[in-house]
Amino acid sequence: MFVSKIKRLLTAVVGFVLLFSVGGASADYVLNLRQGVTPISHDAYDLHMFVFKICVSIAVVVFGAMFISILKHRKSKGAVPAQFHESTTVEIIWTVVPFLILIAMAIPATKALVVAEKPGQPDLEIKVTGYQWKWGYEYLGENVSFISALSTPTAQIYNKQPKGPNYLLEVDHPLVVPVHKRVRMMITAGDVIHSWWVPDLGMKKDAIPGYINEMWFNIEKEGTYRGQCAELCGKDHGFMPIVVIAKNEADYRKWLAEQKSKKAADSASADRDWSMDELKMRGKKVFASNCAACHQASGMGVPGVFPALKGSSVATGPKIAHINTVLHGRPGTAMSAFAKQLNDIDLAAVITYERNAWGNNTGDLVQPSEIKAAR
Amino acid sequence: MSTATTHDAHHEEHPKGLLRWVFTTNHKDIGTLYLIFALTMFFIGGAMAMVIRAELFQPGLQFVNPQFFNSMTTMHALIMVFGAVMPAFVGLANWLIPMMIGAPDMALPRMNNWSFWILPFAGTMLIGTLFMQGGAPAGGWTMYPPLVLQTGNAFPFLIFSVHLLGISSIMGAINIIVTIMNMRAPGMTMMKMPLFVWTWLITAYLLIAVMPVLAGAVTMLLTDRFFGTSFFNAAGGGDPVLFQHIFWFFGHPEVYIMILPAFGIVSAIIPTFARKRLFGYSSMVYATASIAFLSFLVWAHHMFTVGMPLTGELFFMYATMLIAVPTGVKVFNWVATMWKGSMTFETPMLFSIAFVMLFTIGGFSGLMMSMAPVDFQYHDTYFIVAHFHYVLVPGAVFAIFAAVYYWLPKWTGNMYDEKLGKLHFWLSTIFVNVLFFPQHFLGLAGMPRRIPDYSTQFAGFNEISSIGGFAFGLTQLLFLYILIKTVRGGSKATDQVWEGAEGLEWTLSSPPPYHSFTVAPEVK
Repeated sequence: MFVSKIKRLLTAVVGFVLLFSVGGASADYVLNLRQGVTPISHDAYDLHMFVFKICVSIAVVVFGAMFISILKHRKSKGAVPAQFHESTTVEIIWTVVPFLILIAMAIPATKALVVAEKPGQPDLEIKVTGYQWKWGYEYLGENVSFISALSTPTAQIYNKQPKGPNYLLEVDHPLVVPVHKRVRMMITAGDVIHSWWVPDLGMKKDAIPGYINEMWFNIEKEGTYRGQCAELCGKDHGFMPIVVIAKNEADYRKWLAEQKSKKAADSASADRDWSMDELKMRGKKVFASNCAACHQASGMGVPGVFPALKGSSVATGPKIAHINTVLHGRPGTAMSAFAKQLNDIDLAAVITYERNAWGNNTGDLVQPSEIKAAR
Repeated sequence: MSTATTHDAHHEEHPKGLLRWVFTTNHKDIGTLYLIFALTMFFIGGAMAMVIRAELFQPGLQFVNPQFFNSMTTMHALIMVFGAVMPAFVGLANWLIPMMIGAPDMALPRMNNWSFWILPFAGTMLIGTLFMQGGAPAGGWTMYPPLVLQTGNAFPFLIFSVHLLGISSIMGAINIIVTIMNMRAPGMTMMKMPLFVWTWLITAYLLIAVMPVLAGAVTMLLTDRFFGTSFFNAAGGGDPVLFQHIFWFFGHPEVYIMILPAFGIVSAIIPTFARKRLFGYSSMVYATASIAFLSFLVWAHHMFTVGMPLTGELFFMYATMLIAVPTGVKVFNWVATMWKGSMTFETPMLFSIAFVMLFTIGGFSGLMMSMAPVDFQYHDTYFIVAHFHYVLVPGAVFAIFAAVYYWLPKWTGNMYDEKLGKLHFWLSTIFVNVLFFPQHFLGLAGMPRRIPDYSTQFAGFNEISSIGGFAFGLTQLLFLYILIKTVRGGSKATDQVWEGAEGLEWTLSSPPPYHSFTVAPEVK
């Protein structure tokens, strides 16, 4: 009776495996750890396979013995129980042998860990700041910085549009780095703990407020590599992806120069007076990528969790209080300080937008110069 | 003879109806209450898991908003850990320890009553946070600051219910230690105690050592939020990572609190159905003690990515790997117990064999994650979700199922329905693997844990996992049915119940008298 049950179970398992392999052909399943494109990720992969093979071998021996016993040493086959129940020799053997196997595993693990954590002279340093729910990147010494947020349209998330090929793994401003260069990431956070992880780079480091954590990578192949925040950081933890584009040195230089000229153009126009329409138009975009996650595109917020801006005392009250709230945030809540995340124009635009959208018809105009003065 | 009868009758007296359960100081009644509470929480926590799996069935947001999803993962974990698994083991301890060591009852019966009756209030308060402004806690059961400080009105209730659950556990642990130390039958030396008693003794010490640490950590969260302290606030000179160190100093022993009693259960069941003595009794005791000792030295392997110095990472990596040695010894001993036995495969044995296999699979993935350089990849992905569910569901929960099937005939005097029991076993075992095995692949492919929506490349395995989840959840209703059926009637169990069963509890009648051993038995 039992054997027939085992047969039935085996049939189920085989069916299950077949299900996998058929599905696997069509949907590009990944079964194993990614090999990645950095020396660290190769080390991790090799170690993963090494330990995995050891585990499988142990499993074959232990489960094999168990199944032989289950099939042979059963009462229904007339098995008579043996009397042995103790053996110091055997206990010593199966204490010492696993210990030796562990040493064999510890040696390559130690080597890989030393390499992964080895400080070296970096060719490029990037400061990464995690915010709820986006990443800030600053190229140290280059005067280039930007915010990188999810660019997947809400309609795709709510199943009103078909999902794109990089659904939830696409951003508005990807991080661009050169290949074959040692890049040092200095990782911190502005509000809660996040974790910066791109699987193909082979390393994950927590972004912690008050700490600057270091990690490095040296990408071997040009390409686009995608990852996600890996530490629970609140409501939109699942919606703060990371995209790294590795370019060759010349293309990277070109991209960097573009960023610099864009920034220069921005800071030149920060001093002029902006019109209401200009500010509102730009403000709507800034709001969508920075504020709408909590306060919602409708300005209604989420009752009990995120306050509404429509008709709120801040958005319709004195300008300076509104500016200060956006600049410095509300400590102890999800409202973060945007002073370091957005430039004067974006801040002026978004505050102007908030004061004039959804029936908040204050008619107030906030100029970039006012933000500069309030900082 | 007649005086003895009246004496017994006096002891059988207890209030009738509801008040019997409110005022009871009887270890069996309290054990039953614990088990019913645990089962209730198992279904509530399970319902939350169903919400999680429903949302993850397909990419995109279909059923719940991300904030509520986070509440579900947080509450599912808190309820399963503190409401289901731990109280179930305390319930088993209450029922079994006095019967196994030849005592009439637990040593501190009034405290026993109190330690149980705290639980329903703490549990209700925790579940009540679902209806508060700002929603239930959504910062993960690990309660990491600063995120947990963003919790709405639920925050102080979360802290207070953790305090209460901790107080209950500590009282239960004190009671178990005092009982084992003082109330063993004459002749039952420490090294003659059943392994379930041994593993619970060690577990109780772990509880007393670490529950106050958790209470301290959450109290610091409370003062950070309400009284202006900055223990974990970097801007005030505090350290958010400090919380993680304190939490995991509690948290790692905590995971062994949830598995050591399971080791004890399986060590009782396998010899019975193999009709052969447990292999390497003393090495089992030493292995349990070693695991408990090591559990205090490995906490930071939960934190390899927080930015520790290399020497720290190396220490915690080596210490973690070491745990494989005593755990391996246990598995080898169980297999050696089966070897050349004369086995039959009733439901408790089936669950125990599945426990040994599937817990070992969870052990393998644990060993893989002990390697810090690869853990940078595994950390906070579905790989770890698969790992801890393998050690907790086909690990701890299967052991609890096995224990219930094994001792239920003793407790109720009725045999359970063996056919249904086996059906429950096969459905559970198949679907627990359909549920959790694909999650290994998801983690390796790079799917982070605790996300309500995911990239389309993860769709296939999530769908399979969800199907397994729904089927596993439904199967547990069968368990409930079997329990009710057995309590209400069934073929009568003998005192021995199982042919190969050994131990003092089998010398009592089925069901046993209200007070277990009024005259201490002699153990040779």
